[in-house]
Amino acid sequence: MSHNAVGNIRLDHLLISKLIEPQSGVLDLGCGHGDLLALLRAEKKVRAQGIELSEDAIFHCVEKGLSVFHMDFDSGLSSFKSQSFDYVILNKSLQETLHVEYVLQEALRVGKRVVVGFPNFAHWRARVQLFFLGKTPVTKSLPKYWYNTPNLHFLSITDFEDYTKDRGIRVLERHYLTSQAELRLFPNLFATMAIFVVTRTDTVE
Amino acid sequence: MRRDGMGTDNGFVETCFFTFGESGDPKDGLALESGKFLAPVTLAYETYGTLNVAKSNALLVEHTLTGDAHASGYHRGDNRPGWWSDMIGPGKAFDTDKYFVICSNVIGGCKGSTGPSSLNPLTGEPYGLAFPVITVKDMVAAQKRLIDFLGIEKLLCVAGGSMGGMQVLQWVADYPRMVRSVIPIATAWKQSPQQLALAEVGRQAVMKDPNWNNGDYYAGPKPENGLSVARMLGHITYMSETSMEEKFSRKLKNGDYSFSFNVDFEVEGYLNYNGNNFVNRFDANSYLYITRALNYFDVSAHKLIAPGEKIETSFLVISFLSDWLYPSWQSKELVQFLMSHQQDTTYCEIKSTYGHDAFLLEFEEETRLIKHFLLRVNNES
Repeated sequence: MSHNAVGNIRLDHLLISKLIEPQSGVLDLGCGHGDLLALLRAEKKVRAQGIELSEDAIFHCVEKGLSVFHMDFDSGLSSFKSQSFDYVILNKSLQETLHVEYVLQEALRVGKRVVVGFPNFAHWRARVQLFFLGKTPVTKSLPKYWYNTPNLHFLSITDFEDYTKDRGIRVLERHYLTSQAELRLFPNLFATMAIFVVTRTDTVE
Repeated sequence: MRRDGMGTDNGFVETCFFTFGESGDPKDGLALESGKFLAPVTLAYETYGTLNVAKSNALLVEHTLTGDAHASGYHRGDNRPGWWSDMIGPGKAFDTDKYFVICSNVIGGCKGSTGPSSLNPLTGEPYGLAFPVITVKDMVAAQKRLIDFLGIEKLLCVAGGSMGGMQVLQWVADYPRMVRSVIPIATAWKQSPQQLALAEVGRQAVMKDPNWNNGDYYAGPKPENGLSVARMLGHITYMSETSMEEKFSRKLKNGDYSFSFNVDFEVEGYLNYNGNNFVNRFDANSYLYITRALNYFDVSAHKLIAPGEKIETSFLVISFLSDWLYPSWQSKELVQFLMSHQQDTTYCEIKSTYGHDAFLLEFEEETRLIKHFLLRVNNES
């Protein structure tokens, strides 16, 4: 994975863990091997539920004692009742989904808050590669080549900010990470990854 | 318990019997969904492992259409282990070092529990068609009497595949507070028209055999031809196109066509062998009664969990990619309902080419899922 870890825990997971209220209900879309959910369950005693497409990842989740649905969340959230989770997490999975807008809308419907984590395509290393080498960037946070990357969409922090304004999505928190630490200044240039907490504009806090 | 040196298993086991409703008053027996009564009722069952003092480590394993109570270990003088020995035993998915595993034969069956081949107390003859039509709800109601008899108030888990999975879901529908967790595998909460249709073809094969004689054949020749054809059809539905290709392809038994209607292809030989074998171990009337029970089974949507009802049962739902008899979409239908109900659920579709048979064959994958699922619910209980 692209981000450094404290102990065995990834930086982005640590950060998300700080954002989540204890005892809440959490749905992780694209939960992978369940490391984040297992952390949230241990640290925040959350009611954890994952959705994951890879069969192998399902086995890892179950071995961690997690509850997980083996399905494609690109088409699979309609069964969940509105606002039935305190948090829906889309950590590094939104840019891999085919129907980004639909998934985000559904996440905002099902979750009172949505945590969106994504790699920043406008990080300076990516810009340098594109500008000087004329090549699609391959960096620590974008480790794959154009032909084998699971990313279907490439966005920057500014892109996501613009998108939330355009769609009337309320941003509650924004956090930026380099490969070593949290970052405050010039995130669109220096952050390899961003984590937003967003909610529907009509959600009453 | 003695180990017999054939690997980690449950050694030698014996079938036990539990009978209720012997008073002669039918109301002491089983009140059936049809409104009729069945008495007395005997259940054949086996147990593996040890029930703890709190009686909190009991698992109930449910068998398939033609299965029996012999799920694990060996019967004396028999070299074939129980039907789910790969899954039940010390250190296995249903770990008998930790859990007390129970398996009972369904009513309507012919493997020791009361069914159409049992003696009708009114006549002293086998019931035949005088046996009342039973449902999956009735099968489970009888099992519940056994669980009560064993003094178990809450089962840690009820698990089973195919028809076993239907019984699992019926437990949730009827006795949700008695089941801490359930594992329905390769099953559905109701049969589709395709499944109804396949069952009807199997039954017609039996009923059109002149030896069937309206179910009254116990003193004479049995409807073996009809029952074996039904079983042949069944075997086709248990495999997938891929597994048949891998197992038989178009291979010939004797190297060349016989230019007759003898068995030329290996797949024909397989079906005939299994069809003929089946008639020696299964009662044709039981086949009719049990397939009928599956037709009537329907715990879809709020028949499973009533609107607004909160139950604490955790679900592990498993389906198999190549299973076209109980396809994944039926499991997903169940899972999506559980999602909408915010029921604690894990669902896995295992990539397998074995078709419906996969649930008896893909035990490594099932073990990974079931073992850890049970550990979690056991820890949380």
